[in-house]
Amino acid sequence: MAEASSQARKVWAPWNEPGAKPFVRIEGVTKKFGSFVAVDNISLDIYEREFYSLLGPSGCGKTTLLRMLAGFEMPSTGRIIIDGEDMSTVPPHKRPVNMMFQSYALFPHMTVEQNIAFGLKQDHLPKADIAERVERMINLVQLNKFAKRKPEQLSGGQKQRVALARSLAKKPKILLLDEPLGALDKKLREETQFELMNIQEKLGVTFIIVTHDQEEAMTVSSRIAVMNHGCVEQVATPSEIYEYPNSRLVAQFIGDVNIMESRIAEVLPDRARLNVVGIDAPVQTGRSVNAAPGEIAWVAIRPEKMVVSLTPPADTSVNCLSGVVWDIGYLGKLSVFHVRLEDKSIVTVAQTNRKRETERTITWEDKVYVTWSPDAAVVLLA
Amino acid sequence: MLPDQLDVKVTSQPLHGSGVLRFVRECPPYRWAAGLCSVFGIQSRSLTVAVPYLWLLAFFLAPFLIVFKLSFSEILIAMPPYAPLYEMAEDGYLQITLHLENYSLLFQDDLYWKSYVSSLEIAIVSTMLTLMVGFPIAYGMARAPRPWRLPLMMMVILPFWTSFLIRVYAWIGILKPEGFLNMFLTWLGVIDEPLIILHTNIAVYIGIVYSYLPFMILPLYANLEKMDISLLEAAADLGCTPFKAFWKITFPLAMPGIIAGCFLVFIPAVGEFVIPDLLGGSSTLMIGKTLWAEFFNNRDWPLSSAVAVVLLLLLVVPIVWFQRLQAKREAQLN
Repeated sequence: MAEASSQARKVWAPWNEPGAKPFVRIEGVTKKFGSFVAVDNISLDIYEREFYSLLGPSGCGKTTLLRMLAGFEMPSTGRIIIDGEDMSTVPPHKRPVNMMFQSYALFPHMTVEQNIAFGLKQDHLPKADIAERVERMINLVQLNKFAKRKPEQLSGGQKQRVALARSLAKKPKILLLDEPLGALDKKLREETQFELMNIQEKLGVTFIIVTHDQEEAMTVSSRIAVMNHGCVEQVATPSEIYEYPNSRLVAQFIGDVNIMESRIAEVLPDRARLNVVGIDAPVQTGRSVNAAPGEIAWVAIRPEKMVVSLTPPADTSVNCLSGVVWDIGYLGKLSVFHVRLEDKSIVTVAQTNRKRETERTITWEDKVYVTWSPDAAVVLLA
Repeated sequence: MLPDQLDVKVTSQPLHGSGVLRFVRECPPYRWAAGLCSVFGIQSRSLTVAVPYLWLLAFFLAPFLIVFKLSFSEILIAMPPYAPLYEMAEDGYLQITLHLENYSLLFQDDLYWKSYVSSLEIAIVSTMLTLMVGFPIAYGMARAPRPWRLPLMMMVILPFWTSFLIRVYAWIGILKPEGFLNMFLTWLGVIDEPLIILHTNIAVYIGIVYSYLPFMILPLYANLEKMDISLLEAAADLGCTPFKAFWKITFPLAMPGIIAGCFLVFIPAVGEFVIPDLLGGSSTLMIGKTLWAEFFNNRDWPLSSAVAVVLLLLLVVPIVWFQRLQAKREAQLN
């Protein structure tokens, strides 16, 4: 189990330590716009130095939650506590947080330097200190050549780095990032993700990031809160979310997954047996299930945890489906097989292309067997 | 089931039609007009630019040249009431007589330069007042909920649907000693005896601010509406109070709108005639009034032409200076 292994290897995980004090507490926060409930009674604890992601489809309330942390929106009910201080009456310009805006919101009439210095000037720091800090930020984001330029003379990636430098210049306790990499192309986005992680590690600032890109959230986060329709569906580390999603919604939102409606046949302390509805295929899982026999549950299996083969396995009585190859996708490092079962439903299997071959051994219309180990299947009750 | 290979035939489609029609379709008039231009070394783009140039030539430059020519003429009791600038002399020579006394009079008689100075003063003060009234209105409009914006804009433009003259005339009824304003203030008990506003410069300021307000609001609104609200949020996020954020962010970014609005108010206000004539007093000196008196009362066309030429120079100089400044700033940027 993930928790056991993380404790054994002393991985940094304050959320698992009983005595740890959360740095940001969101307590029963609800935000309504008229009759529309954007954020519905959310409670979250975020710890110092975390890289925390709010992940969800657009309109799920993640940006509203972030804007409440920044102070641009006030919660309808509930409260937000940052570093032990209730933020209910604190206006945005007095909060110990800084935000990196989705549109970057760089001041178009100021140079890169002036943009970065803007926040420092508001604190009335001595001129020499400001200049020194600005230079350090410019070095950090490697914009030395562009210090005297105005935002309109910068590329998207450069603007994004100016925005980051500006929001970090005041040494905030928390940095809020609203879809920070949304406007960048894929390659630059991937590079910047690692750059963000390095900067976060170097400065030790708590990052709270809003994103709809699940890969981005998986790459950068210490923990992810998956949101939908104003509610938090699950909070966990990226690997926990991927391997042990708690609902069909989370399983489908993060990565690809095969979900099969099943009826529970037998529940034992260390395993459970289910029957897939429609094709009556028996499934055995490696964990017990908190439900009674006869109830409906959903078996979720990731495509890469399944094996497709032309020859039947030794034991076809359990964890084995048969069907014909309906479609094949060749993605270079992977091949994706769409296998059509008896009841015409499709199961997706991904296989690593370990061998170099241009002739496929499995091709369209072949009768194949899909198998998986009991550990691979997760039983979802919702 | 997908086939192993897809056979896609790519065939070029023949163009339909033939003869003249086909020629026109493949080679439309604008294309060969552009081709013709390029033979003479003219880019086809300059054809588009030619339209405004022709307009300005016909309705601005040509009339100006006529007025400019008139200003060097001499008053004559005749019809037209000025002496011709050039005459054919007997021995085949062309005789050109340029009278410069119109211009020298403008500088000698202090009525004229006082009128110019007073006009500029009134125009500057009323432009500033219009800006002070117009900015909050434009700002409110730009920040109003989206469905309100068009009705608000209509309300700003609506006064244009009534005659300008009538609207200015109506102010007499409001400002005169027994007018609505004085009645209202007396009723409130603020004043005991009526305020004398009509036939003073204050009435002229009120008239100009009222009449030219839309010219200030519209460019300001267009500018402020474009502004990204997240810039103000970013300023607040970086520790800036809302008041300071206005001066550091909103105001500098609204500068192009402010300048456009100020020019649109200032330039017509300098030459304004109707407002000082109806609302101003005998002591209100404005060049528009002086010009009217020279033209209609004294029938001195050459002198009033000279007055108009100098007024134009007075207005063109600051604009050219401003454009130079702008160009310099842009050059600095690049």
